[in-house]
Amino acid sequence: MTLQSSLDIQARSATTTPSPSVRSSAAVAKLIDESKCIGCKACQVACQEWNELREEIGNNVGVYDNPSDLSASSWTLMRFAEVEDKDNNLSWLIRKDGCMHCADPGCLKACPAPGAIVQYSNGIVDFKQEACIGCGNCITGCPFNIPRISKKDNKAYKCTLCSDRVAVGLEPACVKTCPTGAITFGSKEDMVSYGEKRTKELQERGYANAGLYNPAGVGGTHVMYVLRHADKTEQYSGLPKDPSISPLVSLWKGAFKPLALLGMGVTALAGFFHYMKVGPNEVEDEKSREEA
Amino acid sequence: MNRRQFFRTCAAGLGGSSIAMLGFSPQPVLAQVRGFKLARTTETRSTCPYCSVSCGVIMYTLGDNAKNNKPSIIHVEGDPDHPVNRGTLCPKGAGLLDMIHSPNRLKYPEVREAKSKEWRRISWDEAYTRIAKHMKEDRDKNFITKNDKGVTVNRWNTTAMLASSAASNESGYLTVKSARGMGMTAFDTQARI
Repeated sequence: MTLQSSLDIQARSATTTPSPSVRSSAAVAKLIDESKCIGCKACQVACQEWNELREEIGNNVGVYDNPSDLSASSWTLMRFAEVEDKDNNLSWLIRKDGCMHCADPGCLKACPAPGAIVQYSNGIVDFKQEACIGCGNCITGCPFNIPRISKKDNKAYKCTLCSDRVAVGLEPACVKTCPTGAITFGSKEDMVSYGEKRTKELQERGYANAGLYNPAGVGGTHVMYVLRHADKTEQYSGLPKDPSISPLVSLWKGAFKPLALLGMGVTALAGFFHYMKVGPNEVEDEKSREEA
Repeated sequence: MNRRQFFRTCAAGLGGSSIAMLGFSPQPVLAQVRGFKLARTTETRSTCPYCSVSCGVIMYTLGDNAKNNKPSIIHVEGDPDHPVNRGTLCPKGAGLLDMIHSPNRLKYPEVREAKSKEWRRISWDEAYTRIAKHMKEDRDKNFITKNDKGVTVNRWNTTAMLASSAASNESGYLTVKSARGMGMTAFDTQARI
């Protein structure tokens, strides 16, 4: 059956069979130019409107962040940081937080539910809530602290990079709505070269440390930033400078897994030999009759 | 549960999970993306009503305009062909869908009579007639044909016109003509806001 809109899968959580890899679709990417962002939150609204999510009305937490954190129904969030430099110059750094769509996704590696997290061949990492078991391992695996478990259905949610729009050839909702053009979308190649161009422009304008954020620790990302202060990424509400997947994930999924399998095998074998050597546990007739 | 039942349940569970592990699980081989919800919706061009920038929007309604279908707007996004915004929308425009379906949205003319605290729903005909009556009454009372020096001026200074910023060139021309034709001098457009 040909289905209306599907994307080729590149990787699938908790699956050992290889994914089809003959066809190669162009990698897509979203570039967020922090220097152009005015923090209007149109992307947040467009995201909720398109994805049919509505955040609960919360409380003011003293900053412009609204809602105060990502949630199962807020997949993207403007994070506002007030930063003073050595000369007491205040800068207001606004970062659009959300899934980075890592080329080497820690969430997918950590996920134990087959097919609950997939990576399409265009680079999008998508959660399949119908297969999600709500264990929260994706949160441990994520170097950017993005997935959120819904209190309503106990399943993990995050930005899909509007996979339903991209699959039919449209740009994500946040990209389309952005009034200043701070968010752009295209092939990964084009976005990298545009990001480098913007970096050069910013450097010429006096931001000597401007740079493109496409961290190699997670194999590069399909959501990239152009930052004016790429040397101090932590200033942007704690954006990790060199993110990497938690060692717990590789320990649990790598070293520990064969050990656990060995342990299970040994237990089964021991049971078998015990049965052969000692025999079944005999139950006295009286007790057996009582039961029946 | 007795011992035999316990064994049977365990065997069934183990067998089932083994079959699933061997690859006979009911899950599809291809994971789908979410269905594209706008595939066969009807697109209608419109203008964002919020501010004077007047961005072009496209409204997506359920159904294909067939006779028996009552269209309902399910999505609104920027019109990429509109020269003003070229597809983009601000946070208010991006949230138009909830304004359209808001229970507080004004959908018909209402009047609050002098000394009344209640708003009363009236028909469009009634509203236009009422406005026209008020205008005529005021114009008849305050129209200035000649100034102090006896020069013909034909001014109507007591009523002002606030024109739309979202209007096209042609309707803008008609607005000016009709207002100036009645002698109005106080004339402005919402585009200043």
